[in-house]
Amino acid sequence: MANLETGFAGIITPNPFWLASAPPTNTGYQVMNAFRAGWGGAVWKTLGVPIVNVSSRYSAVAYKNNRMMGLNNIELITDRSLETNLKEMKEVKKKFPKNALIASMMFEKKEEWHDCIKRCEDIGIDGFELNYGCPHGVCERGMGSAVGQNPDVCERITSWVTDVATKPVIVKLTPNVTDITKPALAAQRGGANAVSLINTINSVTGVNLETMAPNPTVAGHSTHGGYCGPAVKPIALNMLAELTNHPDFKLPISGIGGIETWQDAVEYFLMGATTVQVCTAVMHYGFRIATDLNAGVSNYLDANKMKSVIELKGIAAKKLRKWQELDLNYKVIAHIDPVKCISCQLCYIACEDGAHQSIELLPNTRVPKIIEDTCVGCNLCSLVCPVESCITMVEVKTNKKKLVWADHPANQSN
Amino acid sequence: MKRNSKLEDLNKKFEKIKPQMTPSEAVVESSRCLFCHDAPCIIACPTSIDIPMFIRQIMTKNTLGSAKTIFSQNILGKSCGQVCPTSVLCEGACVYHDLNEKPIDIGRLQAYATGHAIDKNIHFFEKGKSTGKKVAIIGAGPAGLACAHELTMLGHKVVVYEANKKAGGLNMYGVAPYKFSNKDAIQELKYVSAIGFEIKTNSPIENPSKLEKEFDAIFLGAGLGGSKKINIPGEDLSGVYGATEFIYNLRDKDLKVNVGKNVVVIGGGNTAIDAAVESSLLGASVTVIYRRSEKEQTAYSFEVEHAKKHDVKFVYLTSPIEILGKKKVDGLKCIKNKLKSSSRKSEINTVKDSQFVIPCDMVIIARGQEKMIDFFKSISKLKLDDGKVVVNKDFQTTNPKYFAGGDCINGGKEVVNAVANGRDAARGIDKYLMKKK
Repeated sequence: MANLETGFAGIITPNPFWLASAPPTNTGYQVMNAFRAGWGGAVWKTLGVPIVNVSSRYSAVAYKNNRMMGLNNIELITDRSLETNLKEMKEVKKKFPKNALIASMMFEKKEEWHDCIKRCEDIGIDGFELNYGCPHGVCERGMGSAVGQNPDVCERITSWVTDVATKPVIVKLTPNVTDITKPALAAQRGGANAVSLINTINSVTGVNLETMAPNPTVAGHSTHGGYCGPAVKPIALNMLAELTNHPDFKLPISGIGGIETWQDAVEYFLMGATTVQVCTAVMHYGFRIATDLNAGVSNYLDANKMKSVIELKGIAAKKLRKWQELDLNYKVIAHIDPVKCISCQLCYIACEDGAHQSIELLPNTRVPKIIEDTCVGCNLCSLVCPVESCITMVEVKTNKKKLVWADHPANQSN
Repeated sequence: MKRNSKLEDLNKKFEKIKPQMTPSEAVVESSRCLFCHDAPCIIACPTSIDIPMFIRQIMTKNTLGSAKTIFSQNILGKSCGQVCPTSVLCEGACVYHDLNEKPIDIGRLQAYATGHAIDKNIHFFEKGKSTGKKVAIIGAGPAGLACAHELTMLGHKVVVYEANKKAGGLNMYGVAPYKFSNKDAIQELKYVSAIGFEIKTNSPIENPSKLEKEFDAIFLGAGLGGSKKINIPGEDLSGVYGATEFIYNLRDKDLKVNVGKNVVVIGGGNTAIDAAVESSLLGASVTVIYRRSEKEQTAYSFEVEHAKKHDVKFVYLTSPIEILGKKKVDGLKCIKNKLKSSSRKSEINTVKDSQFVIPCDMVIIARGQEKMIDFFKSISKLKLDDGKVVVNKDFQTTNPKYFAGGDCINGGKEVVNAVANGRDAARGIDKYLMKKK
């Protein structure tokens, strides 16, 4: 059986599932409950200069019956005193010495950083995470994403921390940048031991049609917030792979963004993450989801005859190419299984109105037919089909050698 | 006091079998719809309601838009949502069956959206610009009301003649009250007729030709007559009822009717089932006898299941030969049958020496309804086929001034078929009247 114990930047954790720095890690009470439920580690709600939070704080995007497909928050870092937080962190570490306890921090001045690092190390925490990602409330004061968006500042502040910290330092990156590799490389230059990504994305989740105000509201007004939850996973996976595949980037990565199931976690590992962090799914369903995260990943490793999560690392990321490197002579066309077809004809109308008019309806049957001569193999019909594996994309042997854009006759630069 | 609590109990027993959905139920259920292209449910609906569209509109909380989508095809969309045998129509055609998933609850969604507009008294259609033409409608049932509504939209002046004291036809006097109550029927009638056509109740028309002078066209939506007799001894004993009359009485008296202790219902159709379940809900012990086997029964299987849930017993391959009793019924003498072949219309042979008696104090005969042949024969040049009025694709009869729809042309189908006929006949009448100009 696979062993889920994982080493991350020198931190040993019983499993790769950590709680991200967020409301679920606000108190010792919560973190201890989480560890009892099977979480391997927790990144404490960000410690920093005193702040005050607003009411209300969250808003969400629902899709049909699915609530909270995306979640947005305008909450800031911890609103409790540093003393209270340190006292509870110490208790947690004492009761759960094997679980990873990470202190998330966000300060303005070098002395503040240094003071907090010392006090955290004194109580025995396992590492630090520098919050360079928070996109609201604190960036206006030159912290959070204001740091993550400026590689020079990112590097400088990271080095303030790494100069004095004896425990591993993780830099948490904001996705609100054009090129994620720049702040990541800056963190590496600043001496960071790892990065975590992504923090939340700038967003307005929607507008209330009755009050005509954006969500969420505070006394009738709103502000942009940080977006997370299942909806952000595709964005996070892309950024994760960009770092995984960057030749100069060498640090381990803790993946964050929309992880809810063991399948999500495996995808993160395959795209290059060593550990993952979860927040929204816990805010939705509670700590108990750890049971299936652990069991699901363990079974997947067993099924693939692997001993540890580290064996998954980056396998899928290596299969990413630039568009220009894809084979233009490869061809697939859609195939409809008439036995599985339930005749909803969604594939027909999707192709007819939204793609290449390559599905036709014939008299005396409700099963649509692929027009193979014009089908471009775009996948759309198989994506809209509500029946599992009813429409499959079948490779057509072209008997042509691989041809990439650089060598293609239509390429005018040739 | 005591009587009121008894009535409350009765109303509870007759509770809707398809209760009104809550807004959250409706949103969850509507979200399941796949929004099929050229959807099979639309094809299965006699009134061709754009079902995926109205369901999508419920999902987007555009409930009024949804109601309009329904009403523009079927102005009696509320009652149809509640009384249609949806499992053999729209819901029976739902593609989810092929996925072994529960079909979309179309009937209840339809009742939800239309009920929303009716409760809020929001109307979507107006009386058309007057054409100066007048149309008489005989029968204020589903066919007549749908026809009247459509004709009024088209600008024709309409008078509906109804023999009963209340308009509504089947929805008022025929449908089982646990599907559609008197309150529902009155509310829907008020909503539909608000467009502005006249209904004259207590106005039986004995000779339609007398209306010919005053009106430019006449629509026959007269439905069917009373229950058929079965011509066995004892049929005139006290305690013997026709099913149609029994149900009429139940609806007319708003459930306050007496029922026997032991009731035998004769017949295998949906009306037999309704009468049986209603008797059971009123407190009787009920047996249904049917001359053929369960396989040949014309009642929908979901109706038979519903009856079994209400402890209705079924005795198949059994025919009545005599109703026993002096003044009042005290038993039904029956004989066992065997079928000569497995065909649906197989010859029935009786089994020798197989007579037996079912003790009972009430017999309900549900062997179909009479056709109103004498009434239709009073109209000149009106062709009948097996008692049914013959119409063309515009629902015009062989007498060009007369149009017809509903049970009197199809021999007795669903409310939704009558609505479709009435609506389309109105368009046929409009074509006839406006061409003449």
